[in-house]
Order: sequence, then C-alpha cells, then structure tokens
Amino acid sequence: MATENQARADRPSLRSQSLLYGIVGQEMRQVTRQVPDDEPPQLPVNAELRSIGKSIPRLDAVQKVTGAAKYTFDVQLPGMLYARQIVCPWPHARVISIDTSAAERHPGVRAVHVLETLLQSARLRDPEAEARNKYPTVRFAGQTVAAVAAETQRIADQAAKLVKVEYERLPHVTDLDAAMDDEAPIVFPGPVEQPSTAGGGGAPEGLPQKGNVRGPNFGMPGMTPTGDIDQGLAEADVIVETEYRTQVQTHVPMETHGIVADWQDDGLTIYASTQHTHSVRDEAAEYFDLPKSKIRVISDFTGGGFGAKYGINNFGLLAIHLSQKAGAPVRMMLDRREEHVSAGNRPNSLQRVRIGAKQDGTLTAIDVISWGSGGIAGGAGIGFCFNALYPCPNMRTEQYDVFTNAGPCAAFRAPGQVQGIFSLEQAMDELADRLQLDPLILRDRIDTKPTDDMLARAHERKVAAERFGWSRRRPPNADAGPIKRGIGMAQAQWVYVVSPPTTVEVRVADDGSVSVYNSTQDVGTGTRTVLAQVVAEEFGLNAEDIGVFIGDTRFPWGPPSGGSRVTASVTAPARNAAYAAARDLAARLAPLFDDADPDDIFFADGKVGVRGKEGAARPLKDAAKEAKFGEISKLAKRHDDYEGFAVPGELSISRHGLGGVQFAEVAVDVETGVVKVERIVAASDCGRPINPKLVESQVIGGIIQGVSYAIYEDRIMDAASGHQLNANVDQYKMVGSRETPAIEVLLMEQIGAQSSTDARGIAEASNVATSAAIANAFYNATGKRIRTLPMNPANVLATLSA
Amino acid sequence: MAMNSFEWVDATTVEQAAGMLAESTEQRPVIAKAGGIDLLDLMKEGILAPMRLVNLKTIRGLDEIDTENGLSLGALVTLDRIDSDPQVRARYLALSDAAGHAATPQVRNAATIGGNLLQRPRCWYFRHDHFHGEGADEMGSRGADENQHHAIFDNDKNAMVQASTPATALVAYDASAELAGGANGSRVVKLSDFFLPPEMQRAHDARIETGEVMTRVIVPPLNAGAKAAYRKQTERDSYDWPICDVAVVLTMEGQTVQNASIVMGWVAPTPRRAAESERLLIGNRLTDDLARQAARAAVAGATPLAKNSYKVPVLETVVRRTILAAAAG
Repeated sequence: MATENQARADRPSLRSQSLLYGIVGQEMRQVTRQVPDDEPPQLPVNAELRSIGKSIPRLDAVQKVTGAAKYTFDVQLPGMLYARQIVCPWPHARVISIDTSAAERHPGVRAVHVLETLLQSARLRDPEAEARNKYPTVRFAGQTVAAVAAETQRIADQAAKLVKVEYERLPHVTDLDAAMDDEAPIVFPGPVEQPSTAGGGGAPEGLPQKGNVRGPNFGMPGMTPTGDIDQGLAEADVIVETEYRTQVQTHVPMETHGIVADWQDDGLTIYASTQHTHSVRDEAAEYFDLPKSKIRVISDFTGGGFGAKYGINNFGLLAIHLSQKAGAPVRMMLDRREEHVSAGNRPNSLQRVRIGAKQDGTLTAIDVISWGSGGIAGGAGIGFCFNALYPCPNMRTEQYDVFTNAGPCAAFRAPGQVQGIFSLEQAMDELADRLQLDPLILRDRIDTKPTDDMLARAHERKVAAERFGWSRRRPPNADAGPIKRGIGMAQAQWVYVVSPPTTVEVRVADDGSVSVYNSTQDVGTGTRTVLAQVVAEEFGLNAEDIGVFIGDTRFPWGPPSGGSRVTASVTAPARNAAYAAARDLAARLAPLFDDADPDDIFFADGKVGVRGKEGAARPLKDAAKEAKFGEISKLAKRHDDYEGFAVPGELSISRHGLGGVQFAEVAVDVETGVVKVERIVAASDCGRPINPKLVESQVIGGIIQGVSYAIYEDRIMDAASGHQLNANVDQYKMVGSRETPAIEVLLMEQIGAQSSTDARGIAEASNVATSAAIANAFYNATGKRIRTLPMNPANVLATLSA
Repeated sequence: MAMNSFEWVDATTVEQAAGMLAESTEQRPVIAKAGGIDLLDLMKEGILAPMRLVNLKTIRGLDEIDTENGLSLGALVTLDRIDSDPQVRARYLALSDAAGHAATPQVRNAATIGGNLLQRPRCWYFRHDHFHGEGADEMGSRGADENQHHAIFDNDKNAMVQASTPATALVAYDASAELAGGANGSRVVKLSDFFLPPEMQRAHDARIETGEVMTRVIVPPLNAGAKAAYRKQTERDSYDWPICDVAVVLTMEGQTVQNASIVMGWVAPTPRRAAESERLLIGNRLTDDLARQAARAAVAGATPLAKNSYKVPVLETVVRRTILAAAAG
C-alpha cells in the first residue's frame, strides 16, 4: 500500500501546459511543460501579485530585535542541568584511562559521560588498527573526550577539571604542506571514509590513500575527466598556469552550536540550534536506538548556520547521554573557542590551475589539481565550478584531501565553490588580459552552457556593468600615489537543488483563519515570512494573517537549510496545499452566494465573493462563521521540477544552476598593504523572488561574508602545540561595520517554469564570486595578481614586492 | 569558559586598596580592578583566577583631569574622556587620538587610563590558557612560531609586545605614572622606564610593586609651538589591535624642527623611541625627503621574525606619515 502510494505520489498524472518562461523585463516566451494535474495554474509575474514578490518586513522582526525570539541558547526548562565538555589539550593522543570519580563526587554534579563513538570525523575503512583502543583516538587539540552535567554552569566547569584523563601522546602535524610530506606524522593509521552532510562536503567512497593524502577525487558524478588535456594545451594559443592558496575559514554564527536534551521515559525532546530538525531526530534515533516517533526536535529560531549545523554532533551525543543518566534536561551550548576549534570550518586549498585558450577566447583545456585539508574530516575539495561554469572539451579536476591534526571541516556556504571560483575567475581575468579582451566579452564568448543560470549571468553582466560603471575601468596600476584604486568582476555558479520529500500542510480553521505547517527551520533567512506570503496569496489575506508553524519535527517533513534549497522546496508545496485548501473553502462557502459555482468564488483583501458580483463580497471571517464548516486540512508534496532533475533523490539537482555576477571596487594602500573594499555591485538571480527584501538581505550577507573571507579571516594554527591560536572573535579577524563596502543588489525575476512558485535559492550563490571579484579589482588597482588569501597586509606586501 | 568564584571588595581609599593588594600571594591572588576590561578577559580565558578583587572605582578623586600645569589624569579617567575632553584634545592631540582609536566606543566608555597602561599583552600564546598550563613547556624553547603580531626589535628572547596604545603617545609626551601605597609612600616613575618586556610568568609587565596602586598619569607642559600627531595602523578600522602605532611630538620654528619626540608601539617589547630619527630631524628643515630619511632610520636595525617582516615597511610608512602629519598639524 505504502509502495503504491509512494509510486502514485512520485508519478502524478500530468497535464501538458504552456507556461511563461524567461527573465521578467526581458523578452519572455512560452514553453510547454508537463505539469502535475493537482497543481494550480502558473502564477503571473510578481508585478501582478499582491502578496508574493512584495518586500514586506519579516514577520518575526520585532521578536528578534526585542529579544523576545527564543533561540536554543534561551531555552530554560524546569530542573535543567548545565553541561561542560572535557577536551583534550593534545593534538594527537591515545586515551589510556579516564577517571571520573572525583567529578562524580563533586557537589552539584548529576552525571558524567565518556564519549564512546566519535562523530564529525573521517572513519577508518578498516577499524582493526584501533580496535583494541578503549576510547576514540584524539586527533586534534580540543577534541571532546567526555562531559559532565551539573546544577549550575560554574559547577559543571569546575567538575570538568576534576576528570582525570591519561594520554599517550602521538606525533602530530597541522600544516597542509607538512602533512603531504612522505615522512609526516600519520593522522589516521589507514584509509578513511567521510560521508557528506545535508550541507555538502564529504568524499566518494573507496578512494586511494597514501599517508595523509587521499585521492584523486575527480569530483561529483559527471565530473570525470573528459578529452585530452595535453592535446588541449597543444591547441592553445595562450596558456595561463598559476598556483593559488586559500586559508581556513571557521564558522562564526551569532549563536554557537548547542542543544538542550530532555530525556523522558516516554520519549526524547531536543531543542537544537540546527540547520535541519530532522537530521537531529534521525541521528538521535540511530545512536540511541529509539523509534523516530518518540523523538521531537524543536528549533524555533536558529542564530545563524552556514553549513555546519547538522545532526547531533559529539556534544549532542554527550548531552543526550547525560540527560538519560541524570533524568533531567541538559543544556549543552558550545563556547566560542569550541565553536572555532571543533564545530566545522571551510578547508584551505592549494590549487594548480592550467587553462588553455585560442586567440578568440575559445577554451581548449582546463586542468586543475588541488589539495586541501579539512583536518580530521574529508571533503576539502574545490567544488565543481571548473566543470560547471564554462564548457571545454578537455577538462580534468583532480582533488586530494590531506588529513591534519586539526578540527573537522564542515560544509560552509558553497563548500568548495568559494575556493574554486577564487582561482577560476582570477585565471579567466588573467586570460582576458593576455588575450587583450574585456573580461566581460570573454565571458560572453565562453559562458555558453544551455542553462537558466547562463541566461541569468548574460543579463546580469549587462545590468551590473552599467550600474557599476564598468566603462570607467582603467589600465592596471593607473594611480600614481600610494593609494591605488581598481575595479574587477567575477561570476558565480551554484547548484539549484530541491528536496522533493518536502510536504506542507495548510489548514483553514472554522473561523476562516489559515495556518501552514512544515518542520523546516529558519536559520535567519525569513522562512516563516515567505511561507506566509505564498499561502496568503491564495486566500487574499495578508502575510501577517497566516499562522506559520515551523521548526518542529511534529510537522510534515521539511528540507535542511543547506544547498540553498529551503525556499525552492517549501514554497511550491505550500502554494499547492493552499490552493487546494482555498478551492475546498470556496466550495463550502459557495452556498452563501446563491449556490454560485465554486470556480467563481474568489478571495481578495480579506473578503470572499463571486466573480461578476464583486459588490456582494463579504469578510471571510463572517462568511466562515455562517457557513459552519469543519476544519479543512490539505497536504501537498514537493513534486519534481516540471522538466525533472539531472540527479533525482532527496537532494534533487537540476540541470540548471544559480548564477550571479559581482563587481568590486577596491583601494589598496601599497605602502601598508591594507586593502579596502569600497563598493560591490551584485546582480543576482533566485528564480522568482518571493520577498525581494529578504533575498537582498541574504545577498548582502553573502557579500559581507565574502569580503570577510577575502581580506580578514584566517584560522591560525600553532604547529608546535597543535592549537588554534585565534579561537575567539578578538584575534580571529572578521569584517566590521567600517570594513563593509557600499553594496548594491540588482535582483532578477527569472521564471523558469519548473514549479508552482518557481522560487530558487540564493544564500550560497551570493557568497561565491566575492573574493575573486576583489582579487581581480586588486590586479586592476596594482598590476599584480594576488593568489593567496586572505589579502591582509602580510600577504599583500609579499605579493607587491614579489 | 566561566570564571571561578571570587570576593569583591569596594575600596574607599587608596591606602585601604593598597593594604589589601599587599596581601596578595601566588596561592591567594588579590587583584586591583579599575574598568575591569582586560581583567574580565583574563578571568574568562582562565589566565587569572583571583581570590579577591579590589574595586578601585569606588575610591573618590581618582577620576579627575587637571590641565593647570601640564596634564594630570587620574588613573580612573576613561579613555573616552581623554578622547573627548576639549582641553586635552587642544593641547595633547596625539594622546587624545590614541585614546580615541583604542578598542571600541563601548570599551572606551569603561576602560581607564590606569588599567589600559597595566593591561597584559595581546599575544595569542599569552591569551591561551594552554600555554599557562599543560602546554607551558611548548612555549619556552621554541618561542612563538606564529609571530605575525610580535616584535621586530629587541625580540631575541621574548617577542611579546606591550598592548597599550595610549602608552605610545604618553611616552612621546614624556609622561610619568604616580604610584601610591608602597613601602616608601608615593613615587613617580617615567613611563619610558615603567614598562617591562612582557613575560608569560610575571604578574605585571611594569615596575609596579605588590601593594602599589597607580593613582595618576602626569604629563609635563609642552614647549610653545609643539605639534603632534598619532597614527595607529590596523588591518581593520572598526576595531583592531595595531600592526604598529606611532606618536610624534615636534617643536617647530617655521619649517625647522627644534625638538622631536618619536615613539613607536607594538614593534618592540615596550614602546620604542626612534632616537636616530629624532636626531635627523632636529635642527633641520622638515621636508618630505627628510621625513623619508627619518622613517628609514626608524626601522634600521629591525630584526623581523619568520612571519612579521611585513611590519618593517608598514612601520617605516607610518613613521613617515606621522612625522608629516605632525608638521602639518
């Protein structure tokens, strides 16, 4: 039965329909698509809608700015205990013994738990090498070993110091280049595997591994080498051959990782600062052998998440054990040092890039070899931009993971792609320079894949160049004084992905009020608001009239906030369910209008009426009261895109991507090495923007994070001790208010004719091009290529004097 | 990390505070608290675990600014007041600017000049409890491998630098600290002699004895026609510790330099005088070229470490720019 239902759900009956397609304001055309029968008619363009496409303030804005919004950090439960982890001070060590007795005797301590299984790490393919060890081997300074729960945070902190751990120290290596040496200390005693999370990362299974170096990995499916690199290079008129280095960027969300675990006899409740409520539930079920039906995960508000907040993690595993042992809720929030050191980071990279081209710009070869270290985790690749952005007959992307004794990498806002674009788009700028082509003209010639993102970028290049004033571009190093100004641009590419299991429920109560339900969480992007806007459209209501219930696994399955997929995944089924509920409501209200045809019933401005008799429309509230109908509930699932997917599955990948083009203006003080980004113009696409203000807010955030990565952020590891030295927000430098450039966002409305809302993602695409655009502006300013990030005075002065 | 429990005592007189501070031992540390800015950092990072804090803010009369004869700043005067006091700004511009460019507006509202001068180094080894505990041995012989923010002069033994940036300006103005409560009563120490090269294992990086309280900072009157400038070179404008900072005080007659005081912070363990640069300026007409020569002289003899050679050209630039800014002012 389930299988049959499943099959029916996956293959809805279809109707052939002509749909509007293209970029609004440009020439649009009709395309024919196969549309599931139960889906509503295509929405017109945003200008013709009254709720969707409007820049209303986010519904929870007041809650957030007044502090009323309750984050996991704010959760207080009766009898709640506070936890503290015991972390290893050594970067590589075998745990010989652990004595918890003194901690257990400490007044106020309610439970102590030693970690048996280590998460957030690559795992030995053959566990035999460490099978006789009683405890997980420590492979980075700051790795968690155990935890205590006590009645106050202070007692927990004191008791943590009473846990006696005996270590046998092992040799360690934290530096990428040093770890690649044949004689380097070995991080893992054999080959390892690393699955990906919903945010990305990970690496294919079964790759060769020699010492700390694992690979080659040729990338995602479909990225296997094509053609013949040597021949491609032989055919080239110009070859650009360069080496690039990018640094480790750590995750610094406002709210650190954390959970409150409440183990009760009849089930487990977890409050989590997470990017996926269901991933927390599923991992808790797996590691505690509980049925998923007995676990509830709540995330009312998540204080930021850039790819690292999935699952329960080591701290969550410990907190749940502690709650089970103590019989009380346990709060475990990471402190800022733990967040920097152990909660995930963007891996560094060393990239060697060779690109060959004909005189007219035609690409003949793209050859890339890269090494990166995600510490004790795999997934330090450089994305898929080399393969996805510009077609080329001869292409090879050979990527290696290098293990080091450092905290694990995790997905981080366009994992890999940010590193890859930094080199690819600088190499393209260099190529344009060598060919004496305007960088925009080169892109016009080589950005030719038949995809929606290609069409978007072509348009974005035009509008952004005009707004930015690209025609002001001067030859490199044109300023005589020490402050040199320059401009540059770079392109973005990111996947457009959807989670088809996404299911949304819309209810109409008997008073005519409407609510919407989905388990997805809001990491700060405005998910509540866009859901309300989409549902309100179908009922002629305002977004603030809609009850939005999210962030709870009791609601129908929602997508992870990863891969920029939430809006694309939830808005289409939300509209489909709202449409079905509205039609049902119309049928129930029709008797009030002289038994009008339900198809003629319309909802607008809080009223219900009959077409042709608009004057007789009456408040929906009154009509509902009089009609006395029972509550209406409709569920709708995210159908596949009308054209299907290139890679179907829980993470369905479209053959179309997301584009984006960014232009940067910088001022470089060549005497001090200080780079100031003065202005960024970003042209962005996200399909149909449901709330342009929220989209722009994400693009601005992506640019700020990109500037921060390009100029300031850098995890500093001390090779001798194996410790991160700047695991705080004083010495780990991030962009501040005065370093934030003037930012202008030009947002496209692109109708792809793929779903009932045609919404796509934006978060990651907005972060991809920034560092390369700044680097190209740096070249225009100074006449020198900066191939090492961050562009801080040390790296800048080294570049300028080279 | 959270802190241990401790006692808090509101002192009412310098003598009372000094008496309590004199009882400090390694096992039962008693520590003075003024603005509490650096202290809170150190306690949260587990570098300091006082048994008792002596709150100096409750002592009356330590927060006065007197501009009658030179400048006298009570030790509890906040950085914000030094930045915004019109008399201080009019006469001691380099000090005013140094105070105004320290930290953030919120910190400047609370941080005192006494606490600022007595703050511990920002060295990231110093600020990491690992290197005060289990990892102490890893520091000793090797020194700091990640030395991008460390000293480029006098760094053969210890490369940590004094953190205070107002100190750079105060040394340029030839200021002194008044210390009270010691065995021999009140004494005045020139700031140029006051600071010690920071060390991991020491309680203070200055010549202040256990049981002493800093009560005032005293700046002598300026020569007529004195001009000054201060530049703090950071990676970020919003909030940052410097790569280097420079204070220049010139006495000019026309375009000719009569007297010069040039002090550089964050490049040596303690604020460093650019004596050779001063010598080059004095008696000569200040030109761009002379400023360039003086700046070059300021970095002569620098011994940069593996990761901080970039500080040498930055310092040279900032010295030149600050000399020219002072002359133009």
